[in-house]
Amino acid sequence: MMSTQGVESHEALAQTPIRALGGRQSAWTAVASLAWLASAVITIEWPNADDSPRTAEFAVLQFVVALFVFASLALGTRAPRLHARVRKLTPWLVVLALGFTAWEIVTAKLQLLPRPFFEPPQALVDVFAEDWPRLGTSVLASLRLLVTGYLLGACAGFGVGVSIGWSRAAGYWLHPVLRFVGPLPATAWLPLAFFFFPSSYSAGLFLIALSTSFPVAVLTWSGVAAVDTAFYDIARTLGARSWFLVLRVAIPAALPSVFVGLFMGLGAAFSVLVVAEMMGVKAGLGWYLSWAQGWASYANMYAALLVMAVMCSGLITGLFKARDRLLGWQKGAVKW
Amino acid sequence: MVSAALDPAYDQSAATRGAQIDVQNVSHRFSLKGEPLPVLDQVSFSVAPGEFVALLGPSGCGKSTLLRLVAGLEPPTSGRILADGAPIAGPDPSRIVVFQDPTLYPWRTVRGNVALGPSIRKQVAQERERIDQVLTLVGLEGFADAYPHQLSGGMAQRAALARALVNEPRLLVLDEPLGKLDSLTRMRMQAELVNLWERSRFTALMVTHDVEEALYLAQRVIVFSERPAAIVADVINALPYPRHRDDPKLIALRKQVLAELGLQA
Repeated sequence: MMSTQGVESHEALAQTPIRALGGRQSAWTAVASLAWLASAVITIEWPNADDSPRTAEFAVLQFVVALFVFASLALGTRAPRLHARVRKLTPWLVVLALGFTAWEIVTAKLQLLPRPFFEPPQALVDVFAEDWPRLGTSVLASLRLLVTGYLLGACAGFGVGVSIGWSRAAGYWLHPVLRFVGPLPATAWLPLAFFFFPSSYSAGLFLIALSTSFPVAVLTWSGVAAVDTAFYDIARTLGARSWFLVLRVAIPAALPSVFVGLFMGLGAAFSVLVVAEMMGVKAGLGWYLSWAQGWASYANMYAALLVMAVMCSGLITGLFKARDRLLGWQKGAVKW
Repeated sequence: MVSAALDPAYDQSAATRGAQIDVQNVSHRFSLKGEPLPVLDQVSFSVAPGEFVALLGPSGCGKSTLLRLVAGLEPPTSGRILADGAPIAGPDPSRIVVFQDPTLYPWRTVRGNVALGPSIRKQVAQERERIDQVLTLVGLEGFADAYPHQLSGGMAQRAALARALVNEPRLLVLDEPLGKLDSLTRMRMQAELVNLWERSRFTALMVTHDVEEALYLAQRVIVFSERPAAIVADVINALPYPRHRDDPKLIALRKQVLAELGLQA
C-alpha cells in the first residue's frame, strides 16, 4: 500500500513540472515575440544620435522576426515542426532580442562607443545591401581556393598516411620527412611560396594543401597502425591478398581516425586561407578583410567576419554529415 | 535454433568433404627478447576426414600456436603439417579458423561479415543464396542488417561461425570459440556446434581448456603437457551423438582425462 502511494506521488511529481513547463514555454515564446517587437519599435522610434543609414530596414527585419515568432505561437500544433523549432530556440531568441537592443542603444541611439570602430547593427544591413556583389565573389573565391587546396592536401595526407602505416619502405622514407617538415606551420612557408609559385593563387593552394595534409597523414597512419591484427588473420585465412587487406580491411578500420585528421586539417586550412588571402592572394574573404581595413570601414569587416563564420561552420557541418554517412556503424559518435 | 530445412544437396556433398590432417614431428619456437622459447615439442598426430578432435591442455601451453600452424598463418620451425597429403604452405579458404573473439568487422553488417569470404573471391552475387542459408542455419536471419555492436556475445560468435561455414570449409579450426560466452549460451552453442558438424561433416580441430566441453563435442581428445607442449594422452570418445552431460560413461571419461592432466577429480 505504502509503496503504491509512493509511486503515485512520484508520478504526480514527475508530471506536474512538465505540464507547467508547457504553459511556461508558450509564455516565453510570447515574451520572445514581444521582445523583438519592442526592439523594432526602439530602433525606429528613438531618433538616432547621428546619421545611420538603413535604420528603417533594420527595424523591418526585427519586426519580421517578431512576426515569425508570433506566427509559430499562433499556428501552434497546426505547424508542428515550426512550432517545435521556435520553442527550442526561444531562450536564444529572447537573449538575441535583448542583445540587439543593447547594441542599438549604445551605438546608434546614444553613441557611447566611438565610431567608426563600433557600428550599429543597421550598418551591417547597409553593407549587405550595398556591397553584396563584392562579398559574394569573395566568398566564391575563398571557397574555390579552400576546397581545392583542402581536397589536394587531404588526398595527399591520406595516401602518405596509408603508405607509412602499411609499407615498411614507405615508412622508412616518408616518416622522417613527415616528422621534420610536418610540424612546421604552413604559414612559415608564405614568403618562399609567393616567391616560388607562378601565381599567388597556386601558392595559396600549396599552403592550404600542406597545412591539411599533415594532420590527415598522421591520423591516417595511426589509424592504420592500430588495426587489430586479427582482422588481417581472418581475411588472410579466407584467401585475401594485400590489396584486399589495404583497401577493404585497413582503410575502413582506420576511417574513424582519418576523420579526426580531416577535422583538424580543415581547421588548419581555414587559418592558412585567411592568412594567404591577407598576404598575397588578391581575392577572397581574407582579402576583403584587409581591403576593408585599408578603408577603415569597420562595418564591412564585421560583415565579412559574419560571412566567414557562416562559411566555415557550414563546411564543418558538411564534414560531420559526410562522417555520419560513412561511419554510421560506429557507436556513440559526437553529434555536431 | 538450427534450421532443420536444409538443402539436401548440400548435406550429401558434405559427407565426403572433411580434410585429412597429418601433423608430423612438429616443433615450434618463438624468440622472446633474443631467447628461444620452445612452445611445441615433437608433436605428431593425424586427424581422419570428418573427425572431430579436441586439443586439451593447460592455458598457455601452445595449443593455439598449433592451430595457427595448421591454419597456415605461420610455418612451423621444424616438422611438417599435411592437408590431404600436401604440405600446408599458407592460409587457404578450405581451412578456416574461428577465434575466441568473434572479430567481426565493425563496419560491415552481419550479412557483410558473413559474405567476407565470397567478397574476397568476388562471388557475393553468385553465393547470395548460400549466404542466406548459412545465416538461417545459425539463426541470424533476422539480424542480417545489424551491425556487430548491436549483437550479444553469443550472436556475434554465431555470426563468426557463419562467416566460416559459408566457405564450405573442409577443416574448421576452432580456437576456444566459446571461451568468452556465459555458461548457458555456451551449453546451447556446444549443442549447435555438434549439429552443424553432423550436418556438414567438415573435419573439426578445436582447442579448449574445458574438459567437459572437449568430451561433449569431440570423438578424440588429445591431451597436451605444459609448455613446450607435448602429447601426453589420446583419449577416444566413441559415445554416440547427441550426448548427455550426465551420462555415466562421459563422467568416467572426464575422470580419466583429468587424471591425465594431473588432476584427481
